[in-house]
Amino acid sequence: MEYVIEMLNIRKQFGDFVANDNITLQLAKGEIHALLGENGAGKSTLMNVLFGLYQPEAGTIKVRGEEVKISDPNKANDLGIGMVHQHFMLVENFTVTENIILGNEPTALGTVNIKKAAKKVQQLSEQYGLNVDAYAKIEDISVGMQQRVEILKTLYRGAEILIFDEPTASLTPQEITELIQIMKRLISEGKSIILITHKLKEIMEVSDRVTIIRKGQGIGTVTTAQTNPDELAEMMVGRQVVFKTEKTAATPKETILEVTGLNVKDNRGVDRVKDLSLTVRAGEIVGIAGIDGNGQSELIEAITGLRKISSGKVLLKGQELTGLKPRKITESGVGHIPQDRHKHGLVLDFPIGHNIALQTYYQSPISKGGIIDYKKIDKLAEKIIQEFDVRTPSASTEARALSGGNQQKAIIGREIDRDPELLIAALPTRGLDVGAIEFIHRRLIEQRDKGKAVLLISFELDEVMNVSDTIAVIHDGHIIDTVKPQETTEQQLGLLMAGQTVKKPSLDKVGGE
Amino acid sequence: MSQRMVNILVPVVSVILGLIVGAIVMLVSGFNPVAGYSALWNGIFGDTYNIGETVRTITPYIFSGLAVAFAFRTGMFNIGVEGQLIMGWLAAAYVGQAFEMPTGLHAVVAILAAAVAGGIWAFIPGLLKAKLQVHEVIVTIMMNYIALHTANAAISAISDGGEKTDKIYPSASLASEWLSSMTQFSRLHWGFVVAILAVIIMWILLEKTTLGYELKSVGFNKNASEYAGMNVSRNIILAMVISGMFAGVGGAMEALGTFGNMMKMTAATGIGFDGIAVALLGANQPFGVLLGAILFGALKNGGLNMPNEAGIPTEIVSIVIALIIFFVASGYLIRLGLEKFGKKNKDTQKIKEGK
Repeated sequence: MEYVIEMLNIRKQFGDFVANDNITLQLAKGEIHALLGENGAGKSTLMNVLFGLYQPEAGTIKVRGEEVKISDPNKANDLGIGMVHQHFMLVENFTVTENIILGNEPTALGTVNIKKAAKKVQQLSEQYGLNVDAYAKIEDISVGMQQRVEILKTLYRGAEILIFDEPTASLTPQEITELIQIMKRLISEGKSIILITHKLKEIMEVSDRVTIIRKGQGIGTVTTAQTNPDELAEMMVGRQVVFKTEKTAATPKETILEVTGLNVKDNRGVDRVKDLSLTVRAGEIVGIAGIDGNGQSELIEAITGLRKISSGKVLLKGQELTGLKPRKITESGVGHIPQDRHKHGLVLDFPIGHNIALQTYYQSPISKGGIIDYKKIDKLAEKIIQEFDVRTPSASTEARALSGGNQQKAIIGREIDRDPELLIAALPTRGLDVGAIEFIHRRLIEQRDKGKAVLLISFELDEVMNVSDTIAVIHDGHIIDTVKPQETTEQQLGLLMAGQTVKKPSLDKVGGE
Repeated sequence: MSQRMVNILVPVVSVILGLIVGAIVMLVSGFNPVAGYSALWNGIFGDTYNIGETVRTITPYIFSGLAVAFAFRTGMFNIGVEGQLIMGWLAAAYVGQAFEMPTGLHAVVAILAAAVAGGIWAFIPGLLKAKLQVHEVIVTIMMNYIALHTANAAISAISDGGEKTDKIYPSASLASEWLSSMTQFSRLHWGFVVAILAVIIMWILLEKTTLGYELKSVGFNKNASEYAGMNVSRNIILAMVISGMFAGVGGAMEALGTFGNMMKMTAATGIGFDGIAVALLGANQPFGVLLGAILFGALKNGGLNMPNEAGIPTEIVSIVIALIIFFVASGYLIRLGLEKFGKKNKDTQKIKEGK
């Protein structure tokens, strides 16, 4: 096989922490090669080595058969390696063309020749079927389009080898389908692709071969056609993975959360939660299924005191929560895994240990008489880090430096450790790998089994179906129907989520099966 | 090159580079750099008088540096240290001359008054930021002008139309005959002890208290702080007020120590603005600020001797001093250079070893 890139026995180490150990990745010309690994397994480190951001301690890199030393990203660019970053690096109020030529402007007599550049951009866009308007402003185009601009940026710079870093993380299902077509088109035009991901479905669909790394170790390379998701998951996590979390039937007891006639406005004053009523009992998981933007965020923020309630009531074990400050609500027994872990869940510039104490820092035994005991914080942090398998060099590592899954595990550990009567989990597994997802699902079910109430909000149908005991479908700010997971199908849920009330007879039929 | 070596070398190389460029400026302007620098040295350490004056000059810089650094650490940009310092100066001067109290207690009350005055002056931008999202930079800059002219008007009123307030009672003074006579009658006063206390207080506040944890948290991420049940508005206001209190006490040093009164001013003292540089030199760490203030104050005071002893005009002196501080502040660049240099050496060594 002809390889365009060979990374042989790469080792990269940060202090005592070995991020990559003896990893080999060989990219054949014209293939889509998936790089699979859990969050924090060392995928990004390996790619940063290839992109010249890190220098490996051992191992060799060959590009088209020749050994090279990639000292910085410019060198990588010169070698025809381009990276499509997970978090786009675009200037919002610049046009597509302006963004693409940034740092590489075609100039004549000190002025930028935008027209010439735009023509080339348009031409590239057509050649690869990207359908991008060279003159559109970034802020006006969708996330999927912005990603194509990132792809164009690498193509414009003459990339032959494209690295896609978690490209589907922020895309809609429709956009994912389109992206897969684009990747196939790129291959047919002679490019080679490294696809970094932990989504097995996408790997099976699009890749030719897969290289798996686990905890910084190279596990091996397999041909996609000769493997299956179960095997890949096992190689990635190092044990068998259960996709459907086992659980016993729920034995719901007394009512814990009771929401009645709730109305909530968003920041612009638009009603987002409309006359919503909802009950969560001890010992059950209620999953709220719905399409993003149907009032889920406002509902959670209202329950947790982060947003003003226009009217209606929120009761926890019969006690009024309405209008209380977030801290009072937290103290009365509500745990909250927030939807956006970077915005609400963590102070990224704080050590992860400080973040683990974010809800308890002011209480005894951590604080006494206004003096905080950081040793106690570290002790608590170490306990949770261990118990919830948070992979971090230490409790004093900045939260920012942890991978998404480990950040999330720290948050979940923090909230569950307080053993709240009601645990609200908003998109708890967003962006996480199968191993972490399984872990988190099990923790939620464990809370339920301990007799606590769990309210789960998710956009993923699989998750809602697997984890919940009762599914409440939210549409346009109110609960349109409440169903049991074993008595419904994904199709029916989909219809409900789109706002179509299912006719009773068909429901009975399903129930009767 | 080991990290430790780099850490030690960076400030040394920075200062040397600053001195070299400063020397070039002096040479080009037709002055003798050797005479210039020996005058600078003598101005700082020449005799006990100069040492006394140097320490005295350093003292208010410690406070203005702490004020700026505290705001930075808690997510605020306090450009109003100047105004808060002026209000603190005024309050201390007034309390010092208007009331009679036992020795010692009087000084403490005057210092507290200065802290309150500085705190109130910072409370206004803090409140506007917390409640109406008005950017603190604009408000604090404007508050500086208001402070300057309010203080001038207040001095007129207190002194029946005079140009300065009456001298404070000795009971409120930080001046000490003992310190003064030890340093050939310099204006050295007990303020430096207060300044070191302030450094320790800021360190404890930020690193040891629950309040410090909250203030830093709000400074980094208001959303997460709100989620965690902190009162974000209160913390924003407190961050500004505490910063202003440090600045106010800095003003008290001038009122109770150096001058013993307050006079009308036509322009800002500059101590507040230099506080920004001091804070950044000290990486916004309390003990770093102490070192930054020492460098700043020493050069300022030493520079006063350069025109007298070496005949170098004050303009050139300002340039030379600014250059030295500039190079110290660019330590990052020098660090980068040193690391590259170290790496190259390592690479050559590898080649020599046949690797």
